[in-house]
Amino acid sequence: MAHGPAPGIGRWLFTTNHKDIGTMYLWFSFAMFFVGGLFALVIRAELFEPGLQIVEPEFFNQMTTLHGLIMVFGAVMPAFVGLANWMLPLMIGAPDMALPRMNNWSFWILPFAFSMLIGTLFMPGGAPNFGWTFYAPLSTTYAPPSVTVFIFAVHIMGASSIMGAINIIATILNMRAPGMSMMKMPLFVWTWLITAFLLIAVMPVLAGVVTMMLMDIHFGTSFFNAAGGGDPVLFQHVFWFFGHPEVYIMILPAFGVISAIIPTFARKPLFGYSSMVYATASIAFLSFIVWAHHMFTVGMPLAGELIFMYATMLIAVPTGVKVFNWITTMWRGAMTFEAPMLFSIAFVILFTIGGFSGLMLAIAPADFQYHDTYFVVAHFHYVLVPGAIFSITAGVYYWLPKWCGKMYNETLAKTHFWIAFIGLNITFFPMHFSGLAGMPRRIPDYNPLWADWNMISSIGAFLFGAAQVLFLFIVIRTIFSGRPASDQVWESAEGLEWSVASPAPYHTFIKAPEI
Amino acid sequence: MPMADNKPDYYVPEQSKLPIFASLSLFLCVVGLANWLIELGEGKNGTSSNIFLLGLLMFVFVLWRWFEQVIEENKQGLNSEQLKRSYIWAMAWFIFSEFMFFTAFFGALFYVRTFSLDWLSTGPSSEMLWNNFEAQWPLMQTPDMALQGEQATVLGPEQNMANPGFQHWMSWLPFWNTVLLLSSSITVHMAHSALKRGKNGRLFNFWLALTVSLGLLFLVVQAEEYIHAYNDLGLTLSSGIYGATFFMLTGFHGAHVCLGTSMLLVQLMRNTGYWRWRLFAVAALFIAFYIAFNVNGFSLGYRLALVALAGLVLTVIAVVKTRQVFQKDDCFGFEASSWYWHFVDVVWLALFIFVYLLA
Repeated sequence: MAHGPAPGIGRWLFTTNHKDIGTMYLWFSFAMFFVGGLFALVIRAELFEPGLQIVEPEFFNQMTTLHGLIMVFGAVMPAFVGLANWMLPLMIGAPDMALPRMNNWSFWILPFAFSMLIGTLFMPGGAPNFGWTFYAPLSTTYAPPSVTVFIFAVHIMGASSIMGAINIIATILNMRAPGMSMMKMPLFVWTWLITAFLLIAVMPVLAGVVTMMLMDIHFGTSFFNAAGGGDPVLFQHVFWFFGHPEVYIMILPAFGVISAIIPTFARKPLFGYSSMVYATASIAFLSFIVWAHHMFTVGMPLAGELIFMYATMLIAVPTGVKVFNWITTMWRGAMTFEAPMLFSIAFVILFTIGGFSGLMLAIAPADFQYHDTYFVVAHFHYVLVPGAIFSITAGVYYWLPKWCGKMYNETLAKTHFWIAFIGLNITFFPMHFSGLAGMPRRIPDYNPLWADWNMISSIGAFLFGAAQVLFLFIVIRTIFSGRPASDQVWESAEGLEWSVASPAPYHTFIKAPEI
Repeated sequence: MPMADNKPDYYVPEQSKLPIFASLSLFLCVVGLANWLIELGEGKNGTSSNIFLLGLLMFVFVLWRWFEQVIEENKQGLNSEQLKRSYIWAMAWFIFSEFMFFTAFFGALFYVRTFSLDWLSTGPSSEMLWNNFEAQWPLMQTPDMALQGEQATVLGPEQNMANPGFQHWMSWLPFWNTVLLLSSSITVHMAHSALKRGKNGRLFNFWLALTVSLGLLFLVVQAEEYIHAYNDLGLTLSSGIYGATFFMLTGFHGAHVCLGTSMLLVQLMRNTGYWRWRLFAVAALFIAFYIAFNVNGFSLGYRLALVALAGLVLTVIAVVKTRQVFQKDDCFGFEASSWYWHFVDVVWLALFIFVYLLA
C-alpha cells in the first residue's frame, strides 16, 4: 500500500481511498447545494411580490423541480455519503471501505448524472417542470422531451446510491476492528447501517417507477393511463413507497451526527444508547408502511386513510425517544457552545418544530386543508434545512479539524450559525402562515393576500443564502490558513476517529486497533 | 516499514482506472439511449444509437477487465477470508436490491388487479367516465374500448396468456418454462454439491453445462411465447394494463435469465480450457440461436432442437476439456452466479403464480 496520495488529477480520478472519495462527495454536494440554492433564490425572487416579474411560469416550474431534485439527490444524500466515507472506517477501526474500487465508481457516476440533469435546462422544451415528485401524467403525457434524460439520470443516480449503500453495509458488518461489537458502534455507524438498508430497499423501487414512466412515454404501455386500465394514482403509490423511506434516508444519518456531537459538548455520554438504536430501527420499519400519508386527498378508501394516519402518528413515538435522549444527554451537562453544538441544539429544536407540523399533517381530515399548500413546504423545509443541512454543517465543523488538521475560526463559524439560524426561520416560519391562509405550493404568482408573508420569506432566503457563502469562505480559510488542530480536537470527544493524528493520515488502521 | 510484521490485514487495491471508465461508459450508455428514444419519438434518424452501443461495448470491456483483475488478485493470495466475506455481503445485498426492483412491478400488478380496476368498473367512474366499463382479468376490454368502441386507441389483447386449465398444460409454454427453470435450479445445485465434494472437474462441468443449456432452452421458449403473443394473440406491450404488466414482468425476468445464464456460462468457460475450446463452445451457441431465429418457417421444435444441440456441444466440450479453477472453499464466482440463478428461479415461481396461474 502506498503511503501517500498519488500526484496530480489522477489522485482523484482513480482513487480507492475512502478519505479522498469522502472529500469528493463533500465538495460535490457543496457545489450542488449552491446550484440548488441558486434555483431556490430564483423562486424566492419571483415570489418577492405578487405578479410575474422575473421569470416565465414555465421556467419557474423548472426551477421548483430542479431545486428539489438537486437538493435531495445532489446535496443532502451525497453529503451524508461523504461523511460516511470519511468517518465510518475511522469510527470502526477499518483500513478503508470494504470495496474501495466500487466506492470510486459510486462517486464518479454522480457528476455524470447531474450534468445530465442540469443539462436538461438547455434542451428544447426546457428542463423537467413537473415538480420533484414527478407525478404522472404531468411527467408522462404532458412532459417535455427532457423527461427521458431525467429518467436515465435517475437510473444511474440510483445505481450509484445502491452501490454506495452496499459498500457501507459490507463495511459495517465486515470491517469492524476486533472488539467493536455492534452495540459498541458509534450511533453514526448504526444510523448509516439502517439508512443503507433503506437505500437498497427503495432505490430499486424508484428505478422501477421511472422505468414504468419510460415505457408509458416511449413504448405505449398503460401503467399510468386509465384508458388502458392503468391508474395515475399507481404512480403516486410506487413513488411514495420509495419517497417516504427516502426522507428518512435524509434524516437518519443526521440523527447519528447529532448523537456524536451533543455528548462531546455536554461532556456526558449519550443518554439511552440502546434505545437510540432501537428507535432508529423502528423509524426505518415504520417508514415502509406510511407512504400514502402523502396522498390523503387523492381519493383513497377510508380504511386506507385511517391505517396510514395512525401508522404515521406512531413515528412520533421513536422520534420522541430520540429528542428526549438528546435533551437528557444535555441535562446537567457541562455544556459549551462551539459551532457544532450550536447547530446541533438548533437541530433538536427546529427539527422538533418540523416534527410537530408533520403530526398536524398526519391527521388525515386536517390534511385536506393543508395538502399542497405552503404549510407542507414549511413542514418539510423545517425537517430538511435545520434537520439535514444543519446536521451536515455541524458535522463539517466537528470533523473538519480531523480532516484537514486545521481549526476553523470560531467567531466566523458562530456568525455563520446565527445568520443561518435567523435566515432560515425568517424564510420558512412565515410559510406556515401563508400555507394556513391557503397559498398553494408551486405557483409563480399569487393572491396579494399572501404578499407580506412572501416578502418576509424572500428576504430570509437571501439572508440564508448569504450565510452559506460565508460557510464556503470559512471552510476555504480553514484549509489554507487555519491554526493547527490537536489530535483530540475536542476536549471530551470520544471514539476511534480522535485516536489518529490530525490531519488523519492517508491510510489509517492498516492494522486493526485494540478496542 | 518492514512489510513482514506490518502486512495489511485487508487488501486495499492501489489506484484503479476501472471505475472511472465504468462511470464514463454508463454515462455514454444512458445519454445515447435517452437521445435515441427522443429521436425515435420525433421520427428522426440520428446517431445516438451509436453512442449507446459504444457505451455498452466499453461497459462490457471494463467489467471484463474488472473481474479479470479480481480473479488475478485472488490467485495471488491477496484476498483474505475477510475480503471474501465482503464480496459475499455485496452479492447478497445486490440480490436484495434486485428483489425490490421486481417488488415494484409485482406491487403494480397487485394494485391494478385488486384496487384500481375495481374502482374503474364501479360507481361514477364506470358510469360517468367510462360508459359502464366492467373489468375482468386478464383485461381484454380496456376502458377506452368501452367508451369509444371502434374509435378506441388503447386496445386490449385479442387473446391472453392465462392458465388454460390443467388438462391443457402439456401444450402450455409457461408450464414447460417452469419445468425448465426449476430443473436448472436443481442442476446448478448438483454442480455446487459436486464442487463441495471436491469433484471440481468433469462432474461439476457436466452439471453446470446442463444448467446453462436449460437456461438457454428457457430463453428459446420465452422468445417463442413473445413471437406467438405478438403475431397470433394481438398481445403487445401496448395492449392495455394486462399487456404492460405481462411484458414488463416477464421481460425483466427474461433479461435477468439472460444475465444469469451469461454469468454461469462465464464460470463454466473459466473451468473449460483453453481459448480455442471456449471460442468453439460459445460460437456454437451463437450460431444455433442465430439460425433458430433467422430461418423462416422454423417451428418451436426445430428451434429447441438446434439450441439443445448447441447445449450438447457445450456440455461435451466442457466435460472433455475440463480445468480445475474452482476449489471447494474458493469458488466465489461460481457461488455468486448460482445464488443469482436461484433468485431468478424464485422470481419465475412468483411470475408463474401471479402472472399466469391466478389470471
